[in-house]
Amino acid sequence: MIVWIILFPMIGAILNGLLFASGFWKKTCGGDEHTEHSISGIIASGAVLLSAILSTYFFVQLLSLNPSDRQIIQELFVWIPSGDFTVSFELMFDTLSSVMALVITWIGFLIHIYSIGYMHHDKGFAKYFTYLNIFVFFMLILVLGNNFPLMFVGWEGVGLASFLLIGFWYQDNEKAYAGRKAFIVNRIGDFGFILGIFLIFFIFGSVNYQDVFAKAVDPNFMSLVPGVTITAIGLLLFVGAVGKSAQFPLFVWLPDAMAGPTPVSALIHAATMVTAGAYMMARCNVFYSQSPTAQMVVVSIAAFTAILAATIAITQNDIKKVLAYSTVSQLGYMFMAIGVGAYAAGLFHLVTHAFFKALLFLGSGSVIHAMSDEQDIRKMGGLRKKIPITAITFLIGTLAIAGVPFLSGFFSKDEILAAVYDRGYTIHWIIALITVVLTALYMVRLYLLTFEGKSRVPQSIKRYVHESPYSMTIPLMVLAVLSILGGYIGVPDFMGKVVGLHDTNLFEHYVSPAILIDNAKHVGHHLFGHWALAGFSIGGAALGIIIAFYLYSIRPSAPGKIAKDIEPLYKASYNKWYVDELYDYIFVQPFSYLCNQAARFDQNVIDGAVNGVAAAVKDTALTLQSAQSGVIRSYATLMAIGAAVILIIIVLW
Amino acid sequence: METVVFYVFAALALAGGLMVISFKNPVSSALSLVLTLFSTAVLFVLLLAHFVAVIQILVYAGAIMILFLFTVMFLNLKSEALKFESKHLGFKVSALLVILLFVGYFASLGFKKGLFLSNTSVSEMEGFGTVQGVGTTLFIDYLLPFELTSILILVAIIGVVVIAKKRAR
Amino acid sequence: MNIGIEHYLVLSAILFVIGAYGVLVRKNLIIVLMSLELMLNAANLAFVAFSRASGDMTGHVFMIMSITVAAAEVAVGLALLVSIYSHRESLDIDILKLLKG
Repeated sequence: MIVWIILFPMIGAILNGLLFASGFWKKTCGGDEHTEHSISGIIASGAVLLSAILSTYFFVQLLSLNPSDRQIIQELFVWIPSGDFTVSFELMFDTLSSVMALVITWIGFLIHIYSIGYMHHDKGFAKYFTYLNIFVFFMLILVLGNNFPLMFVGWEGVGLASFLLIGFWYQDNEKAYAGRKAFIVNRIGDFGFILGIFLIFFIFGSVNYQDVFAKAVDPNFMSLVPGVTITAIGLLLFVGAVGKSAQFPLFVWLPDAMAGPTPVSALIHAATMVTAGAYMMARCNVFYSQSPTAQMVVVSIAAFTAILAATIAITQNDIKKVLAYSTVSQLGYMFMAIGVGAYAAGLFHLVTHAFFKALLFLGSGSVIHAMSDEQDIRKMGGLRKKIPITAITFLIGTLAIAGVPFLSGFFSKDEILAAVYDRGYTIHWIIALITVVLTALYMVRLYLLTFEGKSRVPQSIKRYVHESPYSMTIPLMVLAVLSILGGYIGVPDFMGKVVGLHDTNLFEHYVSPAILIDNAKHVGHHLFGHWALAGFSIGGAALGIIIAFYLYSIRPSAPGKIAKDIEPLYKASYNKWYVDELYDYIFVQPFSYLCNQAARFDQNVIDGAVNGVAAAVKDTALTLQSAQSGVIRSYATLMAIGAAVILIIIVLW
Repeated sequence: METVVFYVFAALALAGGLMVISFKNPVSSALSLVLTLFSTAVLFVLLLAHFVAVIQILVYAGAIMILFLFTVMFLNLKSEALKFESKHLGFKVSALLVILLFVGYFASLGFKKGLFLSNTSVSEMEGFGTVQGVGTTLFIDYLLPFELTSILILVAIIGVVVIAKKRAR
Repeated sequence: MNIGIEHYLVLSAILFVIGAYGVLVRKNLIIVLMSLELMLNAANLAFVAFSRASGDMTGHVFMIMSITVAAAEVAVGLALLVSIYSHRESLDIDILKLLKG
């Protein structure tokens, strides 16, 4: 019955699409846009709500089962019956996918509610909700699929939904290009992903999770598989994750994706789609746990991405761009955890990040709504008095992402840092620590510049600044509560012991049946114990907050001076380290050149050949025309010549 | 003896043919054609085709050529009408020679293939080439074509009358 | 030298070519018709030669038919020629271009 989890959004999308987006309702039933929007919004949100309720129901069911039996499988039909390669449309609801499903459906529901308010006056209201439902449908297929091809279907499907939603306001060319860029960059990652799936099938003879993973943990089977193959599988799958989850070097699409509506940024590019890569790698933990090389590659790239994105975020002036780079950075954290083998920690951060990043994005959407679509934080300031609910929830989100103790972000981030350090990746730990400082810095900077201080709001929009309607503020409040309390499902043991509780890391215990090889090794001698590590992360966060406070609240002129002093660095950071320009130079321009050459070849050579044949036919016809001149003598001559030729042939043969 | 006669009259026939195609004046061409026809008739006699030779002189050289000459003189061609004759004479003569060479070559090819029988080993029927022989063959074996030929002549006569009739004004 | 059939045939071929040349090259309609007669005559010579070679009278009969047809053809041809002359005042074969196209 778990198929209904994905069927509800599909039905919602079909209803919205056929009735409203196509204009059918408008033609047949009347012209009241308000009613149309209401019904459309209710259908879409209701569909996701039903999915959420179902997911919760099955989650509770799972809890009632034995930990080692926690999976519900439902096969619907055989999709590809091709001899050895038989793929069926099979769904699996186990601990790992239940976590993802709950996050997707519940946060999705909140964002649907928010969107009803945010997209209220947009003409493409129904189309928007159709696309959103399509997205939820494919994302659920991705996490609930029981085999790699089905996951890939979801993978591609969310890529499609992302493209449609980023370029939602396609009348503006730049926005359309952003959608196209997202899809193409994604595609590059997908190529690696497909190759990984091929390799898996080649080695394991199946693409079904149960079959593959059973063989992968069997030491007899694995002794016959060369280590480099497992590394190759791991790295190819990671390429897919790099594309989908915007790691270096394929992160360039995510900041551009901010061209889409803000709730889309919240749902797709913060909470769910970009985390698909992390989910996929957590699902495939057996490969990574058996390949130290792949793990090193993953952690290194993740760490580099985290700090790179953070260095860009501190100079950005668009509220959504700051959050976009922040997402890239936090995804780096998730992949760092997965890279060292702490899958549960990575997933935990995925969940808490979903809470506070969605909160931050929705809050920024509220700000943009209040500011009549202005997104530049240099034109904001002092908004706290005008839009208090947004301000407070945004502050909670900021503190959560910075890692302030007792909020959700603190628990998940700290667990990651501890895991990285414990398994001996000291340099990466230092990089991650620096990124903590930077994260706190840019987030607090964002908050202060937007909500505090003197108001720099232009006169023209100052009087229109108003708090958002309830449809938008209630999800903000819900997410704020989750950001505060959400961390307590994963309190590490050493902290729980302080208050006399054992085994407090409920999250890790819950997810562990999906983690098939225990990879918790402690490498080397440690200088720092648990508490010291926690202290480091708290200290880093505090440092960042203090610096931000100093620069943007106490001495507002200081950032300008610093920027002038280090101008080249500042400009490089502001221009995203010129990565886009580099790609354009290396890839896009040669490719355009090739395309132009191909087009010219097509025009001149191929069309030329075709036209040339036509011209030749015409010339021949003109030449032959002279044979019908009407001059009898030439007719007679030709006949004589013809007869002579025939005679010659007869004689010669 | 036979050889001499053959070559002489063959030469005459060829000369006549060449003159037909070269003279500007149609009367001269007609008279050359008569020469050719006569020579061919003699060659027919050499081939023991006596009846046919006489028929050729009577009908061809007699009736047909008279018809030609009659028409030529009837039309009373002015000398301007004859002025449009050929330029590039040298070109045409050389073209003719080339064609003749061609013909000679192919004829010799044909000989090598042994297409033709020689003069000697032929059993001749009774009255070969005489009126009696022609008559026998014509009225016994080829009676139908004979009748059809007469119808052809009838048609030709009617056609001529129709074509040459003056249009009613 | 013995005269074989080949000689007659070669002569016939040469006469035929001369006649064909006349038909194709000369512009005066009357000359064209006369060259046509020359061609027919050459063919008749070939017929009789073969008839002699095979001892069969058919060649002679055919030749008689040929002469007959030639006569009819000349009659009609000359009638046409007279008609053309009375319309166009010229006997140039190249002005007869109504078949053009």
